[in-house]
Amino acid sequence: MTRQERIAALKAAARERVLILDGAWGVMIQKQGLAEADYRGDRFQDAPGQLKGDNDLLCLTRPDIIADLHDQYFAAGADISETNTFSATSIGQAEYGLEKAVRDINFEGAKIARAAADRWTAKQPDKPRFVAGSIGPLPVMLSMSSDVNDPGARKVTFDQVYAAYREQVQALHEGGVDLFLVETITDTLNCKAAIKAILDLADEGYEELPIWISGTITDRSGRTLSGQTVEAFWNSVRHAKPFAIGLNCALGADLMRPHIADLARVADTLVSAYPNAGLPNAMGEYDETPDQTSHELHEWAEHGLVNILGGCCGTTPDHIRHVAEAVKGLKPRPVPERPKAMRLAGLEPFELV
Amino acid sequence: MRPTFINVGERTNVTGSAKFRKLVAEGNYPEALSVARQQVDAGAQVLDVNMDEGLLDSVAAMKTFLNLLAAEPDIARVPVMIDSSKWEVIEAGLKCVQGKAIVNSISMKEGEAKFLEQARACLRYGAAVVVMAFDEVGQADTADRKVEICRRAYKLLIEQVGFPPEDIIFDPNIFAVATGIEEHDNYAVDFIEATRRIKAELPHARISGGVSNVSFSFRGNEPVRRAIHSVFLYHAIAAGMDMGIVNAGDLPVYDDIPAELREAVEDVILNRPQRLAEMTNTERLVELAPKYKGGKSEAKGPDLAWRQQPVEGRLSHALVHGITEFIEADTEEARLGAARPLHVIEGPLMAGMNVVGDLFGAGKMFLPQVVKSARVMKQAVAYLMPFMEAEKEGKPREHAGRILMATVKGDVHDIGKNIVGVVLQCNNYEVIDLGVMVPADRILDEAEKHKVDIVGLSGLITPSLDEMVFVASEMERRGMTMPLLIGGATTSKTHTAVKISPKYPAGSTTYVLDASRAVGVVSNLLSPTEKAGFLAATAADYVKVRETFARGQGARARATLQEARDNAFTPDWTAYDPPKPSFLGTKTFAPFDLPELVRHIDWTPFFASWELVGRFPAILEDDVVGKAATDLYADARRMLDRIVQEGLLEARGVVGFWPANTDGDDVVVYADEGRETELARLHTLRQQMLKTGEGQSNVALADFVAPLGTKPDYVGGFAVTAGHGELAQAQAFRDAGDDYSAILFTALADRLAEAFAEALHRRVRTELWGYAPEEPFDIDRLISEQYRGIRPAPGYPAQPDHTEKATLFRLLSATEATGIELTESFAMTPPAAVSGLYFAHPEAHYFGVGRIERDQIEDYARRKGWDVRTAERWLAPILNYEPA
Repeated sequence: MTRQERIAALKAAARERVLILDGAWGVMIQKQGLAEADYRGDRFQDAPGQLKGDNDLLCLTRPDIIADLHDQYFAAGADISETNTFSATSIGQAEYGLEKAVRDINFEGAKIARAAADRWTAKQPDKPRFVAGSIGPLPVMLSMSSDVNDPGARKVTFDQVYAAYREQVQALHEGGVDLFLVETITDTLNCKAAIKAILDLADEGYEELPIWISGTITDRSGRTLSGQTVEAFWNSVRHAKPFAIGLNCALGADLMRPHIADLARVADTLVSAYPNAGLPNAMGEYDETPDQTSHELHEWAEHGLVNILGGCCGTTPDHIRHVAEAVKGLKPRPVPERPKAMRLAGLEPFELV
Repeated sequence: MRPTFINVGERTNVTGSAKFRKLVAEGNYPEALSVARQQVDAGAQVLDVNMDEGLLDSVAAMKTFLNLLAAEPDIARVPVMIDSSKWEVIEAGLKCVQGKAIVNSISMKEGEAKFLEQARACLRYGAAVVVMAFDEVGQADTADRKVEICRRAYKLLIEQVGFPPEDIIFDPNIFAVATGIEEHDNYAVDFIEATRRIKAELPHARISGGVSNVSFSFRGNEPVRRAIHSVFLYHAIAAGMDMGIVNAGDLPVYDDIPAELREAVEDVILNRPQRLAEMTNTERLVELAPKYKGGKSEAKGPDLAWRQQPVEGRLSHALVHGITEFIEADTEEARLGAARPLHVIEGPLMAGMNVVGDLFGAGKMFLPQVVKSARVMKQAVAYLMPFMEAEKEGKPREHAGRILMATVKGDVHDIGKNIVGVVLQCNNYEVIDLGVMVPADRILDEAEKHKVDIVGLSGLITPSLDEMVFVASEMERRGMTMPLLIGGATTSKTHTAVKISPKYPAGSTTYVLDASRAVGVVSNLLSPTEKAGFLAATAADYVKVRETFARGQGARARATLQEARDNAFTPDWTAYDPPKPSFLGTKTFAPFDLPELVRHIDWTPFFASWELVGRFPAILEDDVVGKAATDLYADARRMLDRIVQEGLLEARGVVGFWPANTDGDDVVVYADEGRETELARLHTLRQQMLKTGEGQSNVALADFVAPLGTKPDYVGGFAVTAGHGELAQAQAFRDAGDDYSAILFTALADRLAEAFAEALHRRVRTELWGYAPEEPFDIDRLISEQYRGIRPAPGYPAQPDHTEKATLFRLLSATEATGIELTESFAMTPPAAVSGLYFAHPEAHYFGVGRIERDQIEDYARRKGWDVRTAERWLAPILNYEPA
């Protein structure tokens, strides 16, 4: 299949059923018990500092493990698997001094995922598999002060953030992803820089790929870290004409539900959700069992809140398998038509009907 | 229905507001922000920001102002209109707003290509656009030109850019009327007419305009200008105008305008036929205008009702809402009413911050608001600082300590840390805040560089937990010793105690639950007198936490009950003749001699209860706590004298001995030497941990009494209290406002009860049971339990079942004899009370039962006449399994 055919197949599948995204990567990589040497491989033998913990780097140094994880999630029933590139921007990699490896990580990460997806599609042509290029948040925020004494202070400029995302999305595109997934968004302005970087690719002749945007509501206030409500967030990113909009991370399914319901009400595109496996316990571990997760998410699908389901922190292939089985045969959320209106946003939404 | 009209605040516009221009030019951004806040408070639904001024660096001003605005949730809640005639200023603005803004404006002034390029950029930044009716020829003045340009722009935007029509706003140019130039007379009508046609012809498009232009010729006469704006809007809105840049709180209601003025204005706006022969409509309005200049009409400002509250309420309001505008005046007012400037901080300001903390915790405030509250707090504190320094008579300000704080690598959450930082600063600590995402190396480098007293780590997301462990181990590796504080939503006492603290034995690690605890923790850690006690108490607490955690870590291997019984402690009963007590039955000591109890006091736990750790009497000489301990000891002695002389407490006790033999794990208590009438069964629990070593047995208290069919044996019991009068007297102290004495008194009552148990036990050994008549009196030997026999208490490790107290009390008739009662949870009241069993066997010793298995629970339940569930409930803390 060409990429355009795959995209068409993805859109067709989304009309038919609730699509399944994969689950957590961090916890699965952690389980491998990798050593510093695994992270370094041959290529980064002499890199200064500690590289252990830079999971994205494994796309280059332990591609076998990354391919295996894609396989595990596809085997569990995921339609879409994410590239292992969550932090693969020059800003994200700066703490490891690996800015120069960013292009390769994304390009190879996309290729590994591409190959895995294609293998599964060949094996099961009636259930094609897709690759979403993971674009995670940055350790720096454009909307939040970096200095409590100076609310106007910022560590980076929009242009720097844009450039970092630009490099990432270009490499992901060239590596063969089917769509972009801007995820775990804590600051909408950062996300808008990523969106612009993606949209600007068209100017250089790159074929357009669907954009999937997933924000993070950090706590009970129902706001993003940068202070926006769900609807304000949606209004602020709708110009990307996203293939899907959703929420992930920070909350377990029970606490995320009201915000997903909000989003399902206002978003005239597909809605996705991939919550954590509950809230972490005192030791920072996630206790929610696959049964519990799938029970909650089944209810969402049953009530027509979602089009795409998956898992974030603490979820495993077993969680994804349970979720996939739980929602099998359920109708996806119908995309509502909303009256045309000028919809703006500050921290709160504004609508002029 | 009256169409919706959007007020776009115009006062944050350097071209429209001289005040705002001056503030920005001076760099007085805090005040400039309060202009924005007034706009929003007064009802502006969108905030127009314009920095187009020749002498300003407009790009920098736009960036600075919008970045500052982002930190003001009360303002930033509304969308921004980025207003400039220069594209580079607009683009700079677009790079600073996370929401969806309106760009004001773009146009075809410089041709289609540039227009399309800018429109495309606006779309990719995610903004709606205002399109000026302006083309290569110039600004449209007539209705036809306006409509023609807007039609062309609309087509280009939709067809070539894919711009959503609902995000297009046309500004068909509002020009000044009543200028005296005849060609201008129809400008308002042209605008209104164009509005009507554009709305009809171009679906979903919106109409906006800068309203104040229309009245430009009446500069200096605000009441008339406002009347003109009101009338103009009345008609433009009816024609379909959707939004306008107006001073929102400032307009008179159309119907409230004096009829004479309104008619004159309306004639001008609508360019009606001349009403009077001798003068034009404009001339008439010009003539009328001075009459209405008058005094300033009342401007409707932001809601200031909260200003009516007393100063504490105002401070709290300002903190909760993050308003700095009045903070200095309010702080000054509070200062004048306070004995010391510090009291303003500790009183109303901290109270306000507590409200902030509560609201945040309840999800009713969110992150940026709290940061803002902290800033208000800072300003208030900064205002008070000179007064606090003056109070110190010119001495440089001394900080109570220097604390470094950081959110660890990988984590961007710092609100809690910031609050803690502010709270600490407000308490006169110097805080070095490294911000967020700080790698361990940098934290520790800075800590060493600044010679800080304490390092505080914060984190919210779960990976931060591991990073904190890493920082702790790095501190150890570097040989640091300063205290480490752990805080943040994902952290916990358990994690701190189990995972972090053990990595940093050279220093101390303390979990800080919330900001309110921070000052207490920090001041303890930096206090020469409290530090040792605090650290010891924390360490002891963490030991407990670790034990609790360990208990939760899956079941440990246990022996079966049968195996444990097979490995019971079995003294050679043939070689031992159990001594017979001097009496059987009970004997009451009420009242018991208080001075006798005083000399039996074990003082070490007394100091521990005051967080002074060290053995008595060495603690009195201790380098660190010696002074405090000595003072406390002196106070305690004085209090004891009062207790004895004034009879503030009365000690009552009861002792009993009964013939007894063991039946399995139960001790059977008989009514008499004949051992035919069973009085009661004392149930005991047996250790089930695996014991394989030489001479290691699985002990139960029953092992210390001779089994049935061997030899006649005995068991004793006691209940004592020194607490009669305790609660009432403690309350009396408290009522007199003397909490210190209340606590001192209560702690001493506890000690006296323990002393009573100790004194009575000694009497039992030497006299009442009499198996050690020659035992000398030696308080140190007593305290270290170097004597024969034990007095274990139900609810303690050798018999963790509190319900056994019921049997004991029944045997002793303890309540009748001593006045001690048992609560439903089998706690004794008055609280200063001790009860227990006596075992006389020379090899009887204290032990802990540890965790037990289901087989013993089932057996024990059967013996107690309970169901299993009840047994599991009472013994929950020692179960080695998860009950069903």
